[in-house]
Amino acid sequence: MTATKAPTEPPSQQRVVRRPGDRVFAGAARGSGIFILLVLAGVAAFLISEALPALTASSEEIPGGEGLGSYVWPLIVGTLLGAVIALVVATPLAVGIALYITYYAPRRIAAAMGYVIDLLAAIPSVVYGFWGLAVLAPKLVPFHQWTADNLSWIPLFAGPASASGRTMLTVGLVLAVMILPIISAIAREVFSQAPALHREAALALGATRWEMIKMAVLPYGKSGVIAGAMLGLGRALGETMAVAIILSGGGAATINLITSSNPSTIASNIALRFPEATGLGVNTLIASGLVLFVITLAVNMLARWVVNRRADFSGAN
Amino acid sequence: MSTDTQSAPQLSAPQPGPVRVERRLPRFAPLGLFVLGIVLGAALSAATGFSVTSTVVYGVVLGTLLVYVGTRAVEGRRKATDRLVTCLVTTAFGIAMIPLISLVYTVLDKGLARFDGDFFGMSMFRIVGEGGGAYHAILGTLIITLVATIISVPIGLFTAIYLVEYGTGRLKKAITFFVDVMTGIPSIVAGLFAFALFTLLFGNDFRAGIMGAVALSVLMIPVVVRSCEEVLKLVPNELREASYALGVPKWRTVVKVVLPTAIAGLGTGITLSVARVVGETAPLLITVGLITGTNLNPFDGRMATLPVFAFYQLTQPGTATQAFLDRAWTAALVLIIFVMALNILARLISRFFAPKTGR
Repeated sequence: MTATKAPTEPPSQQRVVRRPGDRVFAGAARGSGIFILLVLAGVAAFLISEALPALTASSEEIPGGEGLGSYVWPLIVGTLLGAVIALVVATPLAVGIALYITYYAPRRIAAAMGYVIDLLAAIPSVVYGFWGLAVLAPKLVPFHQWTADNLSWIPLFAGPASASGRTMLTVGLVLAVMILPIISAIAREVFSQAPALHREAALALGATRWEMIKMAVLPYGKSGVIAGAMLGLGRALGETMAVAIILSGGGAATINLITSSNPSTIASNIALRFPEATGLGVNTLIASGLVLFVITLAVNMLARWVVNRRADFSGAN
Repeated sequence: MSTDTQSAPQLSAPQPGPVRVERRLPRFAPLGLFVLGIVLGAALSAATGFSVTSTVVYGVVLGTLLVYVGTRAVEGRRKATDRLVTCLVTTAFGIAMIPLISLVYTVLDKGLARFDGDFFGMSMFRIVGEGGGAYHAILGTLIITLVATIISVPIGLFTAIYLVEYGTGRLKKAITFFVDVMTGIPSIVAGLFAFALFTLLFGNDFRAGIMGAVALSVLMIPVVVRSCEEVLKLVPNELREASYALGVPKWRTVVKVVLPTAIAGLGTGITLSVARVVGETAPLLITVGLITGTNLNPFDGRMATLPVFAFYQLTQPGTATQAFLDRAWTAALVLIIFVMALNILARLISRFFAPKTGR
């Protein structure tokens, strides 16, 4: 590492002894890596092969009797709706939390606060479902009623308000709580990496703390926040148990958030119907799972692409 | 420059002019204004029918407004904006605490009802009403998680070793990228994958704990890879080079030098990845299902697992509804205790197995 190789010296590859142990170990390591790629390909392949009967079946045979498209469409709407609510609620909060922990909280307890937020991510999703059903939904009933009374001119709150609070709005808020730690963890990471020289320069010029954050931290962390939000979106799209427990789904595609007849989400529909499904019903559910897989894969790949693009030029700072 | 030295003494006198004296609030004034806002909020809440929720909401809004207006009047717009953002950011953190506290309180409150010996000592075999427990489900969760760990750790660890020690070029890039993508696979899709795989291999009616373990492995492997990779990257290159210089083969360098150095981080990462999957419900729901009796063989027949047990106790209560709900909440409590214990274990590992720095 200390000196560059002299150009006249021939590469000494032939002198290296290749021991059998080395070869086996390297092979195992390489094989594991390739195996992971095969698993991911296998997930796609097995899902497609099991979904094919539903994709090729005539539309009367699909549950519901109107074909795969009209079976999956309300579920896609429900999935996107819940995830978007979660994202809209969680992203500003997560950015605020990340800023608080990195730049506002007292140094001594900031790490502990970060740990507490991480605990939110550790709680199993089925427990979130319990909490949403038993605590959040009843608490939100007055809010549902209020929106139906005052905001019904917005299509999202057209009503009539659900009396149980088991609606898409409640689901979206529970999902927001679940993805909050994911987004804030990544935002915290990038905010704390904002170059110290930029921050100190801003403060030295007389900027207040907020102006320093606005000028030095947020521009640096923007793409990280976007990537974190998209990872959170991916998680919210695929979340199953919380939705399955809270939502009394089964309605048609609607963007009305506060009625009791919201469409379910793809994941929760699979979880609720799969144990009792038979024959082509199983294939249909797997086909809907394939749709979910494709959506989340696209979101995640986009997020990773944003992250990696940032990594390419962050070294310049 | 110094042509007019006589005028210098005159400067010492205070002179009116463009120099602005910076006016500042006393140190505890912002806090005082905020507390005043809370008090006003409580008053407003009392005027409209007192409740804790409205007190907090009104109080925080009024307090933030008072801090902003007060600072703006005395210190100017820039300082006021700074204080406003401080209030907002702190409020955001406070809002995030509400669900955590509420959730932990609810689960403790409702879960302690059946947190007794029967819950840990009995299964649900031939129980339709009160009594019974989750003995079978707890064992099932432990077995399936253990099998998933046995599958995931070697694959994940070897992949991490490949990425750090051997990997070059496009294969390394591809594996890194797709491992990242794999962390985003929805758990239910992992379950469908395991179902489709075993259906094609063993026919439609095959059910066994191993299906759930495979589904959990799909979720667990990328987490293991990521955390192990991060840790292995931290091992100083000097250690590897010193080992090579002594003529130690590469694989023995990895096994005897790199892995022992990183053992604390590896243990922490693997423990956290177990914590990540131990509460997964959806993949187990659609592959392993639920039985009332105890099945300890993960290769044959359905098994009960704690999350699925909790789900069905809650959503399909029999005639004795309260007994089912109590069991569901206690199962949720036990699940949280599992996850928290694993998190604490991970912290302990990283504390006690950390490499001695010697300096």
